[in-house]
Amino acid sequence: MKALIKRLTEACGPSGFENGLRQMIINELDGYYSGYKVDPLGNLVVMIQGSLDLKERKKVMVAAHMDEIGIMVTHVDEKGFIRFTQVGVLYPAYLPMARVRFSNGLIGVVGMEPGTKLDQPGFDKFFIDVGLSKEENPIKIGDAGCFIGDFVDMGKRVVAKSMDDRISVAIAIEAIKKLRQPKNDLYFVFTCQEEVGTRGAGTAAFGIEPDLAFAIDVTMTGDTPNNKIIDVHLGKGPAIKIKDFWMTADQKIVKWMESCAIQDKIPYQREVLIAGSTDARAIQITRSGVSSGCISIPCRYVHSTVEMVDMSDVEDAVKLIVGLLKDEIKV
Amino acid sequence: MKVDLVLLEKLCNAIGVSGGEEEVRELILKEIKDHVAEVLIDTMGNVIARKSKSTEGKPRLLLDAHMDEVGFMIVNHDGDGFYTFQKVGGIDDRILPGLKVLIGENKISGVISSKPIHLASPSERKNSISFDSLKIDTGGNMGIEPGTRAGFGSQFQANKETIFSKAIDDRIGVATLILLAKQEYLNLDLFLTFTVQEEIGLRGAKVTAKSVNPQAAIVVDATPAYDQPTYDDQENSFYNTKLGRGPAIYTLDSGTLYDRRLVNYFEKTAEAAGINFQFRQPGGGGTNAGAVHLANTGIPTISISVPHRSTHSPISSSRIADWENTLLLIEAGLKNFHTTIIN
Repeated sequence: MKALIKRLTEACGPSGFENGLRQMIINELDGYYSGYKVDPLGNLVVMIQGSLDLKERKKVMVAAHMDEIGIMVTHVDEKGFIRFTQVGVLYPAYLPMARVRFSNGLIGVVGMEPGTKLDQPGFDKFFIDVGLSKEENPIKIGDAGCFIGDFVDMGKRVVAKSMDDRISVAIAIEAIKKLRQPKNDLYFVFTCQEEVGTRGAGTAAFGIEPDLAFAIDVTMTGDTPNNKIIDVHLGKGPAIKIKDFWMTADQKIVKWMESCAIQDKIPYQREVLIAGSTDARAIQITRSGVSSGCISIPCRYVHSTVEMVDMSDVEDAVKLIVGLLKDEIKV
Repeated sequence: MKVDLVLLEKLCNAIGVSGGEEEVRELILKEIKDHVAEVLIDTMGNVIARKSKSTEGKPRLLLDAHMDEVGFMIVNHDGDGFYTFQKVGGIDDRILPGLKVLIGENKISGVISSKPIHLASPSERKNSISFDSLKIDTGGNMGIEPGTRAGFGSQFQANKETIFSKAIDDRIGVATLILLAKQEYLNLDLFLTFTVQEEIGLRGAKVTAKSVNPQAAIVVDATPAYDQPTYDDQENSFYNTKLGRGPAIYTLDSGTLYDRRLVNYFEKTAEAAGINFQFRQPGGGGTNAGAVHLANTGIPTISISVPHRSTHSPISSSRIADWENTLLLIEAGLKNFHTTIIN
């Protein structure tokens, strides 16, 4: 599974530029689906038909987002320095000296003007240096780039950029491969544009009209020095979301997930996140409402180039999802 | 295709503060009724027009421009013709003192009144005037009802190169759609929506996009240009757009990541036809695209805007050449459009 995580995190797919990722996932899942489609915004919907009678079959949507945070070019100045804005939420403190890869392969480094304060919002003091003059520089306004953060295998833990949310993409892929004959119709949606406001998940859910749904996404941890922001820890199992800033999970979904984890002896944590949200918040309020929840993967240093997850949490998340979806669902 | 300054002048001088778009809507209906197969006004007041009847198998495309403009609303009569008011849409408080406004259907004149400089203390002069201390003075007109809307009281002007007017945002888009409605498109099932309440949160477009449910959408609006020279002679690298550089194609704003297939298509269309264009700097702000692209199962959307300086003020300015290039670009884009672009 680490090889898959490495491949997925090394791919570059800032929000709105998910084409490459989408193709990787289609190739990865070859032979494991009943069908797939790409919707107008670019979501990849992978369908696995259930074995129950049509009348009893539920439609279950599982969302993991393909996109990652990145940058977009706003201006190339007279000396060839590139000014940029964020795609998704960037923390200025993580920016200095970061490396950026543009879609044409060009690599740049992030510099900043003298006296730049890292605790203030805004990116107008930062620039990207690709080592080229304005005349030599092929980059233009509107070009997008992603950060570079090599995959590191630490043994039980792994580090890379864009674990948010490629780790969930990897988990979904593994789960699909293990769910050969589910009872219900499963719609695994690899969503686009999550980082800019969970935009893809809403339109995807509108098209699918699921009976119930959950997202798979990363969540923060409170297990680093002097950090008590959340009671979630690396290595203590996947987290079942109770609530985050924008969504309260359906209590029926929470119970369903908890009882499955207990029955299958899978360790899990209960997540109460005070900031941020996931695709589940958009799915929950489509059409006349969708019963929704989220399985979160504990991740340190979210939205940096060194996002860290624990492989036992990852493997347990796969087990939990397979456990939830392989049999009949009574929610 | 040619721009029509007489049409634009009529549209700009009409007052259509969000939620009170009647005057603009009447002008639009008069202009387009002989050129479209169907037209209806929906529950919210949006105008939805369908260009032609024989449309089988043709791509369903939406062109959108908003009818409304920023302005004011009367809240309370405070006596002697003075009125407490609210802003409708985003207007900078700092531009308000001394502005002429026209109130209600009868366009009653008023002025936003504040303490004269003679009476202001040195410390008051240093700070901007608080919104709460401003009143509209109607010169003793006592009978204006709460809820009456008021618009900027300025009138359209133009010289050979430049338009100066209130409400260029988005009457220039409305005028663009009217002119495009008068052309024929044998390759398209074209819908035109003239939407209400954009300035207070894209509210009209949230409804039209769902009901039209197009395969792709083009939002035509006006976008700020902040292309002044900098005070310290540094390179101006945060200008949004520049006047004279042509229509602004969007790539990202706070509401939308624009569909790359459409961005590339319009970029190539402009280059092939030799039409001057620019990319708007990615960043904040937004257009009706923010509502349109999320409707139903999602709609590939692009925004193309005419740059204008002094946005949301009584006098904004746009270059006539930029408007003309906007028209030409969208016309070329429409006439060559085919579904493979978004497949």
